[in-house]
Amino acid sequence: MKLIFEKGAAGRGCSILPECDVPAVDAGSFARKTPARLPQVSETEISRHYTALAKQTHGVNDGFYPLGSCTMKYNPKINEAMAALPGFTGVHPLQEPETVQGSMEVLGKAEQYLCEITGMDRMTFQPAAGAHGEFTGLLLIKGYHTARGDQARTKILVPDSAHGTNPASAAMAGFEVVNIPSGADGCVDLDALRAAAGPDTAGLMLTNPNTVGLFDKNILEITRIVHEAGGLCYYDGANLNAVMGVVRPGDMGFDVVHLNLHKTFSTPHGGGGPGSGPVGCKSLLAPFLPGKMPVQGPDGWQWETPAQSVGDVKAFYGNFLVVVKAFTYILSLGRMGIPAAAKNAVLNANYLMYRLKDHYTMAYNHRCMHEFVMSLEDVKHETGVSALDVAKALLDHGIHPPTMYFPLIVHEALMVEPTETETKETLDEAADVLIEILEEARRAPQSMHQLPLTTPVGRLDEVTAARKPVVRYDFSAGQAG
Amino acid sequence: MKIDAQLKYSKSHEWVRLEGDTATIGLTDFAQNSLGDLVFVNLPDIGTEVTEKEPFTDIESVKAVSDVYAPVNGTVCAVNDALLDAPETINSDPYGAWLIKVEGVSGGEDLMDAAAYEAFCESEAE
Repeated sequence: MKLIFEKGAAGRGCSILPECDVPAVDAGSFARKTPARLPQVSETEISRHYTALAKQTHGVNDGFYPLGSCTMKYNPKINEAMAALPGFTGVHPLQEPETVQGSMEVLGKAEQYLCEITGMDRMTFQPAAGAHGEFTGLLLIKGYHTARGDQARTKILVPDSAHGTNPASAAMAGFEVVNIPSGADGCVDLDALRAAAGPDTAGLMLTNPNTVGLFDKNILEITRIVHEAGGLCYYDGANLNAVMGVVRPGDMGFDVVHLNLHKTFSTPHGGGGPGSGPVGCKSLLAPFLPGKMPVQGPDGWQWETPAQSVGDVKAFYGNFLVVVKAFTYILSLGRMGIPAAAKNAVLNANYLMYRLKDHYTMAYNHRCMHEFVMSLEDVKHETGVSALDVAKALLDHGIHPPTMYFPLIVHEALMVEPTETETKETLDEAADVLIEILEEARRAPQSMHQLPLTTPVGRLDEVTAARKPVVRYDFSAGQAG
Repeated sequence: MKIDAQLKYSKSHEWVRLEGDTATIGLTDFAQNSLGDLVFVNLPDIGTEVTEKEPFTDIESVKAVSDVYAPVNGTVCAVNDALLDAPETINSDPYGAWLIKVEGVSGGEDLMDAAAYEAFCESEAE
């Protein structure tokens, strides 16, 4: 299809935006010398353009989306209705606190409820998404050690079953990453952890349940080992959906956590974002939190800057309307609904795993949490059909593929996370499709490499996309380039 | 899977050609097949000290970024710059597309010969 830049004509336009009521200012040398090359299109053209784009995508409104560790759960429509209230959309971050008490109360109450769910004492909403939250949490750990005058703690321990962003975030925050291997049971190797923990340990980053969908049963021992070595424990909340309202990271021994509101708390994810990666911490780390924190006093809500703040990690208060949506979700589910959602997520994952386990090889063949990992290694060995081929075949059945080739500790991995919002009928259909694909792989393996056939685009050239990505429109050539 | 009988192999799937006190290092056919299509290769600077069983560079495939481990100790004396523009050569010719050469080689006592490496790969695949 044509790009928006290839549509329209000079002088064409529409009146979606109201007349600007802000007086013009002279930007001086900062003023652009030529007008921005914006598309000049009619409202009909814009509307058709984005509708056509929407038809080429696959979201949770289109069909099953079992992307592991991404928690692609349904986004309730009431969240959008609340976030569209003019009292929330019409405010400015620089307004005086007394004029935005309602918005501040949302931030304050959301912090309070999410602290209750995670077992933390304070929480910032500044980080824009998960990896940004990891980075922020690590800055808190660094701030804490530095404030104590302990400069020797330069290493972050990261198990190999951790989320892929963990080592990257640790490196970004200036730490050296020490990889901790998993045992055959998919959990942290305690002896390796004991050997690695020491006076140079700043902290440990752990995802629990981990990326193979297992709850590490040694979690109290793990956090004890790190604490006894003088380090702090960071909880990656990517997989909180399995345990929210059931167990709390704070009670497992963690000092700092990040959440993904766009995963666990039902706000849009991926292209529908933006995300929100709030960071919660125990009181010992609260003085280091970034930005301004809402505090309720006798005269209502006020902003307070933490005493030894690491500084802003994003402008103002983060993606505020995402917090409104997540807050709506928490209030909708309530005290009973939050753990019920987690338990249904675990039930759905186990149901789908048990439907498939006689057909596909499970990487860890016991009960899972909210997701499970299959290995296609034996199928690839036998037929040449890879995890990638199975993923592509799913597209022809209107199902978004599971996460592929992750975690790295499982070869030819497919990581499946159905979430609690799918029905038994949907899970049964997905299981039937996956079993059918496997039969097809054995019957006609060669044809599997050509799939998908029914999508707007077929098998993509991933090598060229990675090496020579086309990410801008070249006006002089009149084409993307 | 291709295995070159003349080379030595590490458990992390690098191959080594030892000639006097220099060694040429690359990725095995098993490694390139597991990684999938390679899209980027980083190479260390000449003069970099590499340490046995520790990463000396990383490579990126369509699946993931992976560390490459030094099978021996030594000092980098040559790098295969041609791979920067053509990482796919590792996929098509793993034993021709060397990554680095090191001099002053030491260590590597537990490297495998071709037969032992073949058995190791088979046990990995199970």
